[in-house]
Amino acid sequence: MMSGPEPIWVKVCELSDIPLRGSRVLKTEAGCVALFRTVSDDVYALKDQCPHKKGPLSQGIVHDRSIACPLHNMVFDLDTGAARGPDDYEVQTFPTKIEHGIISVDLRNLGEGR
Amino acid sequence: MSSQRLVVIGNGMAPGRVLDHLFERAPHAYQVTIFNAEPRINYDRIMLSPVLSGEKQFEDIIIHDEAWYKEHQITLHRGKEVVEIDRNNRVVTASDGTKAPYDRLLIATGSNPIIIPVPGHDLPGVVTYRDLDDVDAMLSASKEKGRAVVIGGGLLGLEAAVGLKMQGMDVSVVHLASTLMERQLDEAAGHLLRKEIERRGIAVYTNANTSEIIGEGKVEAIKLDDGTIIKADLVCMAVGIRPSTAVAKDAGLAVERGIIVGDDLKTSDPAIFAVGECVQHQGQCYGLVAPLYEMAKVIAAQLSGDTDASYTGSVTSTKLKVTGVDVFSAGDFQQTEGREEIVLRDASQGIYRRLVLSNDQLIGAVFYGDTKDSAWFFQHIKDGTDVADYRDTLIFGPTYAGGDAIDPLAAVAALPADAEICGCNGVCKSKIQDTIKGEGLTSLDDVRAFTKASASCGSCTGLVEQLLALTLGDAFDPDAAKPMCGCTDLGHDAVRRLIVAGGLKSIPDVMQQLNWRTSCGCSKCRPAINYYLICAWPGEYEDDGQSRFINERVHANIQKDGTYSVVPRMWGGMTTAQELRAIADVVDKYDIPTVKCTGGARIDMLGVKKEDLPDVWSDLNQAGLVSGHAYAKGLRTVKSCVGTDWCRFGTQDSTGLAVKLERFLWGSWTPHKVKLGVSGCPRNCAEATCKDIGVVCVDSGYEVHFAGAAGMHVKGTDLLCTLETEEETIQYIGALMQMYREQGWYLDRIYKWAAKVGVDYVRDTLENVEERQSYYERFVYSQKFMQDDPWAARVAGKDAHEFTPITLDRRVETA
Repeated sequence: MMSGPEPIWVKVCELSDIPLRGSRVLKTEAGCVALFRTVSDDVYALKDQCPHKKGPLSQGIVHDRSIACPLHNMVFDLDTGAARGPDDYEVQTFPTKIEHGIISVDLRNLGEGR
Repeated sequence: MSSQRLVVIGNGMAPGRVLDHLFERAPHAYQVTIFNAEPRINYDRIMLSPVLSGEKQFEDIIIHDEAWYKEHQITLHRGKEVVEIDRNNRVVTASDGTKAPYDRLLIATGSNPIIIPVPGHDLPGVVTYRDLDDVDAMLSASKEKGRAVVIGGGLLGLEAAVGLKMQGMDVSVVHLASTLMERQLDEAAGHLLRKEIERRGIAVYTNANTSEIIGEGKVEAIKLDDGTIIKADLVCMAVGIRPSTAVAKDAGLAVERGIIVGDDLKTSDPAIFAVGECVQHQGQCYGLVAPLYEMAKVIAAQLSGDTDASYTGSVTSTKLKVTGVDVFSAGDFQQTEGREEIVLRDASQGIYRRLVLSNDQLIGAVFYGDTKDSAWFFQHIKDGTDVADYRDTLIFGPTYAGGDAIDPLAAVAALPADAEICGCNGVCKSKIQDTIKGEGLTSLDDVRAFTKASASCGSCTGLVEQLLALTLGDAFDPDAAKPMCGCTDLGHDAVRRLIVAGGLKSIPDVMQQLNWRTSCGCSKCRPAINYYLICAWPGEYEDDGQSRFINERVHANIQKDGTYSVVPRMWGGMTTAQELRAIADVVDKYDIPTVKCTGGARIDMLGVKKEDLPDVWSDLNQAGLVSGHAYAKGLRTVKSCVGTDWCRFGTQDSTGLAVKLERFLWGSWTPHKVKLGVSGCPRNCAEATCKDIGVVCVDSGYEVHFAGAAGMHVKGTDLLCTLETEEETIQYIGALMQMYREQGWYLDRIYKWAAKVGVDYVRDTLENVEERQSYYERFVYSQKFMQDDPWAARVAGKDAHEFTPITLDRRVETA
């Protein structure tokens, strides 16, 4: 997954901007990124497109460290982007960090990957 | 380990299966290169018929997705047809010049559809039925509706005809022989099949020889040799297939009808294997999937060094993949000397069974109407079992063969371990049972996920359920003890009871007290618990938006492209010029691409961008329009007819009652959606008798019906009661709603709930005046907290984060 040499950390919003067990959409010129906040206040960033039928993952239900696609309920692991269960779909993930309540996402691979 | 180069020509089901087995046996033995003449990945060709009929989509029938090719480091050349095999230098060349050297070559070129060379066969509008391009061509032609003629009444032709019919075309089937599917069925079964096909509105012409396809610039009709002309906008030729052997023949390999292979499946060149429909083995070519899978196992074994692996031919069986038509045939069922036959007919049930025996062995079988024992009979044919001992009762199947009382599981229990259960995916009985035990599976969905059995056409679902019951014993209960989801062992009823009994009033509380295995549930249990809490604690429990599916969270319906649809309420289906004007203005202002009338008599605006939703709602609110809850597991619509206001047959004010009911019931959350209909007379123009709750007005009052369905299942309603006044009707329906709200499992419609608790139980309970009154009062109380327009709340700013995306500065800020 890591292909660019240097991380490109981009500040996107505050932690409180994302509802608990909820999500926000980050719109960029290279497509949308879904930001998720889990029950334990961890934040994940995934490409906002299900590899199954392109459903917007940001509109799904967050539970534990996973997200269920709103269109056909395929479940993805937020850590790895891999589909749960026997299916072998995978969503692109982006590294995130939280400093002083501000969320940054490493967008160096934006626009690449599947 | 230095790996050898394996080149595969063709990317269909047979080579896909070879590679599956090969990677399992010898994961790194070969570097694989595939040439695919079709520009796509590997898919389940036998499932094209459900794609054509609209029951499945292409994505549902993909066998190997992109990730699979990547994982096994396969080089896939899409849309490149191999045109030359240079056997001396062991190199293949594709049409665009791409070359690939090989150590082992696998030819899997499959077959080509036969095109009858009648005049006009090359006109636009004439298609064959072989691959996804053909299906796409038929689907796009069917958009225009119009007339379709299918030439060929065999397996493929009939599946094509039914698919096109389901897509709304006017379909005729033209068949050369006198019996449909004559290669698989005898005359009697063919007759039953013809009646069923005709019952579906498809015209069938047998003994019909096409002499010409007529048209100028495109197809207009076909002409039979007796002069009959059948008009057509689309002609589908489904008359058979021919092994595709050109490239093998050019390379000098031995070819007759197909590419000749030995029992080791090698061609006349020992470095080259062939598999699938292009193959001729012991004089036989196969066009069905099971033999291909058997060949695939042998080739994978050969490629991984097991030179003893051999293929000895296949006994084939056929099932027609048309929903609702059960046809099965296997083996040889021609009537010749020395053979005996046993026939069972049950005209009233539409059942026909015929067995063909030779020397006390079953050699062929044809079933129509009831195919559930087919696996047992097919196994007899394959094994050549001696049936002398129970020949007299053989035709009644395995349940009778035991002689004991009928045990529904006996048939499955009697099957040998290697009996094939799922023909689509080649899964046998022992594989399913071992996986159930090994992985601790408990449900049909589990088995589908882990073994793929029953995951394609679904015709073996019953057998898989029986295997679950057989393997798990009493631990398998298809309904009652089923846990809500993987987070708990408790079923829906238990969770509901414990919420009320334990005074549990929040989702974390429920999960803590009931020992949930996950920290915050999953997308199955959270919405269910959220609903159970809303129902149990009206006015107290605060709805958890993050536990709702997207449609209910944002009060609009998500569409496949991520936009939304908006449906305002039209009380009882009534509207005004002012409301229509407001809708028209909104459509113009927000550039809404599609406006459609729904089945519930209101207007749907489709393709609204999520960011626009609050503005759209604000404009609609100003004209007095509120959310129609078209997205809700809740009250949807109350459809009406015009009743005594206008109709000369109307017996009561059905429109007025519909409006009153909708005003009374709207806003309530229920286990699943609830749709009502009120008809003003027994002509039933509001279709009340297939609704969740329906009222049919009669001269003497009101018939209240319930538990109908007109979705995936179609079911007429049951009569609940007959009442004299509107007030009683409204009270009865309120009580019924509350009973369903308190007892139904989340995602069970009223008819499913009623089936679980019993229609009589519902009727008896509500007949009791006190019980009815108490349910009614609880409903009225709950409604006090429900009837706020969710759109207005969001216009006022609720959940604003849902509708406003975060945007990035063009200038990238590095932290």
